[in-house]
Amino acid sequence: MSKQVIIPFGPQHPVLPEPLHLDLVLEDETVVDVIPSIGYVHRGLEKLVEKREYTEYVFIAERICGICSYIHSNTYVSGVEQIMGLEVPERAQYLRTIWSELSRLHSHLLWLGLFADGLGFESVFMNAWKLREHVLDELEATTGGRVIQGVCKVGGVRRDISPEKLDEMVKGLKELEKELERLTNVFLYDRSIASRLKGVGMLGKEDAYYLGAVGPTARGSGVPIDLRQTGYNVYDKINFKPVVEMEGDSYARCIVRAKEMFTSIDIIEQCVKKIPDGPVDMKVTGAPNGEFFSRAEQPRGEVIHYIKGNGTKHLVRHRVRTPTFTNIPPLVKLLKGVQLADVPVVVLTIDPCIGCAER
Amino acid sequence: MTFFEMTGTVIRSLFKKPATLMYPVRPGKKSSLSRGHVTIDPENCILCRSCQRKCPTGAICVEAKEKTWQIDRLRCVVCNACVDVCPTKCLTMDTQYTPPMTSRAGIYRTPVAGPKKKAPAATVPAAPAAELAEE
Repeated sequence: MSKQVIIPFGPQHPVLPEPLHLDLVLEDETVVDVIPSIGYVHRGLEKLVEKREYTEYVFIAERICGICSYIHSNTYVSGVEQIMGLEVPERAQYLRTIWSELSRLHSHLLWLGLFADGLGFESVFMNAWKLREHVLDELEATTGGRVIQGVCKVGGVRRDISPEKLDEMVKGLKELEKELERLTNVFLYDRSIASRLKGVGMLGKEDAYYLGAVGPTARGSGVPIDLRQTGYNVYDKINFKPVVEMEGDSYARCIVRAKEMFTSIDIIEQCVKKIPDGPVDMKVTGAPNGEFFSRAEQPRGEVIHYIKGNGTKHLVRHRVRTPTFTNIPPLVKLLKGVQLADVPVVVLTIDPCIGCAER
Repeated sequence: MTFFEMTGTVIRSLFKKPATLMYPVRPGKKSSLSRGHVTIDPENCILCRSCQRKCPTGAICVEAKEKTWQIDRLRCVVCNACVDVCPTKCLTMDTQYTPPMTSRAGIYRTPVAGPKKKAPAATVPAAPAAELAEE
């Protein structure tokens, strides 16, 4: 056995936009063990729930993450609604689904860009972010915000989308779909990307399941977990199939995200076809008294918001379990055995969002 | 598996205008709903403090005695809560962002009219602007 050395990776590293620290135990160039540590950007957002009214806290819940912001607010709000027993108008539920999918679309495009940049493929990075700009424009035109939408509230949504705008959005997305095909073809068929990623960072189906992988990390290993199938918002009225790849390597996780973007566009089109007329919000009185586990599918996987209220305006407890947090044990597993030079790419394949993980 | 998968996209991009804007020389694309910064119409403010109560970051400070309305632009997260709650609709959301700052500043303070008296003759004088400027 050769001598083991420990190389620190992060918290400042060119591929990581956020601080994640990994101590890589190497034998020659091969990683044999990984000791992860987080805690660089902890902000104590969960504690703030005791100081803000439950209706105001939506803004803070949305700021847990800068990318999956919308789905955080949606999950928090639907948890509060479940405790209070509110029947949210159907149009609002459809609008929430549309915005959820738009936010998934922009998150996956962002990731594809960052991933290509991690591979050293800078033109794809620029191209992916150019396409993402279109999605952000749609979000800004319908909600008022590019990444922090601020459109969810307890009892509904704060903005309605006119039917003309919905049609226009679908038309725009149709055009985007063509561009997206050209972009994803690079990931699906280009030989250099495939040879860089195939067989790197393996995570078997059993491991993915027992280590608690969620989202594309689990689906890339053949575990068909997609929280959208539980039918929150109006996903129960939409036909879609979760994208599952069986290989379990970095390439499979990349392919899952690339194909999921088309599912998102399809879901938005179905929503626009089915959306009913009616009000988008309702009057909310009283305060939540009880507790609820609210679950939703984020771009990175399953997010859980635990909400507990005692009948006052201030909630007692709010706990968030984010997908990146639960994807760290699988990350440790899939880093074992890879070469040091492959570590940045493998870390990127779980789509780490440390701001989320530390809250 | 193919080679040169990006070539088509690259060639198309060569004949297109740049996708980026020369911001801030050219203003950014904005929609009518864009949340840029909060503006106030001082004539219609009745000093009800609803905006101050609803602000999740405590950026707004309303002084009823001095009849001033103040916002800290760097604390404001542009959530639109104050605009939604304003009873006289004197607060509006401008679509453009405030310009970048080089130092810790951004406190905007303005004298406001205050509650309207019933007798039309007794109009409320605005708070002395000269005093505020000195602060």
